[in-house]
Amino acid sequence: MSEQIKVDVTIVGGGIAGCAAAVALREAGMTVALLDKGLCGAGASGVNFGGVRQQGRDVAELPLARRARPLWERLNDRLGEDVEFHASGHLKIARSDTEMAELERYAAVAAEFGLHLQLLGTNALRAELPWLGEGVVGGSLCAEDGHANPRLVGPAFARLARRLGADLREHTEATSAAPTGTGFETRSAELAIDSRFLVNCAGVGAGRVAAWFGEDVPLTPQVPNMIVTEPLPFFITRSIGVCGGGVYLRQIARGNAILGGGAGWGDATATRSRPLTEVSLAAMTKSLAIVPGLAGAHVIRTWAGIDGQMPDHIPVIGWSSTTPNLVHAFGFSGHGFQLGPVVGEIIAELIVQGRSASPLAPFAIERFTTASPVARPISVAIEE
Amino acid sequence: MRAAEALARAGLKPILFDEAERPGGQIYRQPPTAAGHTASTIYGFEARKAEAVHRVLHDCGDRVDYRPKTLVWNLFGRRLDLLTGDGHATQSFDRLILATGAMDRTLPFAGWTLPGVFTLGGAQIALKAQGVAIGRRVAFVGAGPLLPLVTHQYAKAGVEVVAALDATPFSAKVAQVRGLLAAPSTFAKGLWYTARNRVRGVGIRNGVRALRVEGGERVEALVWRDASGTEHRVECDAVGASFGLRAEAQLADLAGCRFAFAAELRQWMPERTPEGRSSIPEVYLAGDGARIGGADVAELQGARTALALLEDLGRGVDRGAVARLDRALARQARFRHALDAAYPFPRHLVDAIGDAEIVCRCEGITAGTLRQAARDREAGEVNRAKALTRVGMGRCQGRVCGEAAAELVAQASGRELERVGRLRGQPPVKPIPIVVAAQ
Repeated sequence: MSEQIKVDVTIVGGGIAGCAAAVALREAGMTVALLDKGLCGAGASGVNFGGVRQQGRDVAELPLARRARPLWERLNDRLGEDVEFHASGHLKIARSDTEMAELERYAAVAAEFGLHLQLLGTNALRAELPWLGEGVVGGSLCAEDGHANPRLVGPAFARLARRLGADLREHTEATSAAPTGTGFETRSAELAIDSRFLVNCAGVGAGRVAAWFGEDVPLTPQVPNMIVTEPLPFFITRSIGVCGGGVYLRQIARGNAILGGGAGWGDATATRSRPLTEVSLAAMTKSLAIVPGLAGAHVIRTWAGIDGQMPDHIPVIGWSSTTPNLVHAFGFSGHGFQLGPVVGEIIAELIVQGRSASPLAPFAIERFTTASPVARPISVAIEE
Repeated sequence: MRAAEALARAGLKPILFDEAERPGGQIYRQPPTAAGHTASTIYGFEARKAEAVHRVLHDCGDRVDYRPKTLVWNLFGRRLDLLTGDGHATQSFDRLILATGAMDRTLPFAGWTLPGVFTLGGAQIALKAQGVAIGRRVAFVGAGPLLPLVTHQYAKAGVEVVAALDATPFSAKVAQVRGLLAAPSTFAKGLWYTARNRVRGVGIRNGVRALRVEGGERVEALVWRDASGTEHRVECDAVGASFGLRAEAQLADLAGCRFAFAAELRQWMPERTPEGRSSIPEVYLAGDGARIGGADVAELQGARTALALLEDLGRGVDRGAVARLDRALARQARFRHALDAAYPFPRHLVDAIGDAEIVCRCEGITAGTLRQAARDREAGEVNRAKALTRVGMGRCQGRVCGEAAAELVAQASGRELERVGRLRGQPPVKPIPIVVAAQ
């Protein structure tokens, strides 16, 4: 006989968004159960690059990224531990005049959202960052962007949720969920949860959950391919990205340089992933071109993880198109880390107040599940 | 080498990748060519075996494609990634035998990071490969058969061995005498080393506890308590200390081999059939990398594994040879079982690790940090402890500290060691220069 519990909200998926939602819902006085197939924060939330970046995002995401940014400033106090957030600034590099023009266009768009990007020409860039390699024409600096330690944020949100009384069940995979008339019954092998609301933030597994409610979404696995060097004297003062993506890198206070770029290997069931040697070597070569000072370093570890990706590279966030009281938040397409804390708040707003303060129309699941999708605003190249 | 030899004899042309400069592995490690030591001074009793092993590749000639100084740093699918003198290279395979060996198992104790503290294996290699001792007045501590051997080798080389301390109780050895007789020659050798050690005045003291190395800039003395609780102190300028062996199983992990927890050894090992098959059809396991058995077993197991591989390829093999190897391996297994029981893992040393002691030297992570993470930050699993504390996240990727970290997490979280798990293998197996990408 399986264990039966009854709560206000069941959350499937213990990434940053799910755990942050559990925190916000508990603070609003609701009872919460959260299921994760492994350990909370160990999936895409924990293995990503760690970029806390607004620059370069799709304009649809900019309002959310803007709202998330101050949350990062206060995250250590909120979580009760240091998650190594550092506003290093994020520099996006142009290697041609065409790319520089692209950065200029983006800066104008970003300004409309209150995000101020500083455009730097070749000389200014050389003066500020003498360690950059040849071939850099210019760049766009977002001084308030930075990075944090992804391995710490998810688990810290999970522990806060638990301290606030959320019922977190790790190593507990949701095997089914269905409407009951008054809410939902969600099952795992040894647990049945009765709840009024259901939240689907199951990462790469979210497509399966959505399908339980007749919503077929084109979610595919995305496998970041990551590399870290041994600790080096600190010199890479900014988090670095490049126009058109391809490679991104940062150096942490401990001294390790973290490099990413390209896609690793994931199996058909999206449960196992591996970095790919050719992809790692390519990212290493590209990193050396941008930061020649890395030439003496050794690579000590490479890794991969699995996120869920949507065809338009922005997530699904909002109410289900078929089922009342079901909230989706998935498909962050490899850049959900910075958004995680605010997405948790948005999920709680939807459930507690019935609406969110943030514009969610571009993230509606209807863009995939209905015949005439919502018109999309302009899309910009995505990195990390 | 024994596997390569058997494959070559059957008409295959195996490629043998060796991280070392010359063949021999750890036990029969060869000094640099110009060192001028004789086999008998380096290997003692084992000189003939060493010479025989060293001759294997010579006798095989070009039937074995030997590639020294080659690090296999990754394995994915049916391809190896290599680091050679010329940079990065790859090698595809249809069958693979992993014979990756073992290394010392370390545990932190007070003063273990002081200059002058080595592992027993490190002390032995200094002597064998370089002809140097780790100090003039040396103390050894162990929890396995390497202790009497290294003590003997050092004493024979004329180094003053001021203490040889066994962290496991004498009673455990007495209880295993019958099992140890399954390999009478090996047992006799052990007795001989012990006897010779006594003659030289370095009798092994069993059941020692509460180790502490004292010193300012480097090792000055070793302090311990005997079984009755009396404290002893001996001045020395070097200490060799390690506590049994751990399998070097990262490549088996990357190959996707299934692992099982060996409770009596308190470590995870890739599963291996007696014939050398892993859980992956094209991957075979030989030697200490899958089960600590020592040099003699490694030779037998290497040959046996090659025969299993040949059988799987549909080639005829000599049934008599298979039967002889299986009998010898079964006898050795009984001996090894008794030996493992004679040297039980010294858990009292884990309990004695002070909170201020560094566990992970690469990242400077203390036992206290690890215990706090296990108790207060829900890190009851070793990969989670790594994620939260950086333990095992440095240059060695937990090869040195992984087992000790798992023990501490188990102790602090009140979990069984098996439930704490094992550090996930991630390439590269050892650090690779970033510039290989551009070569």
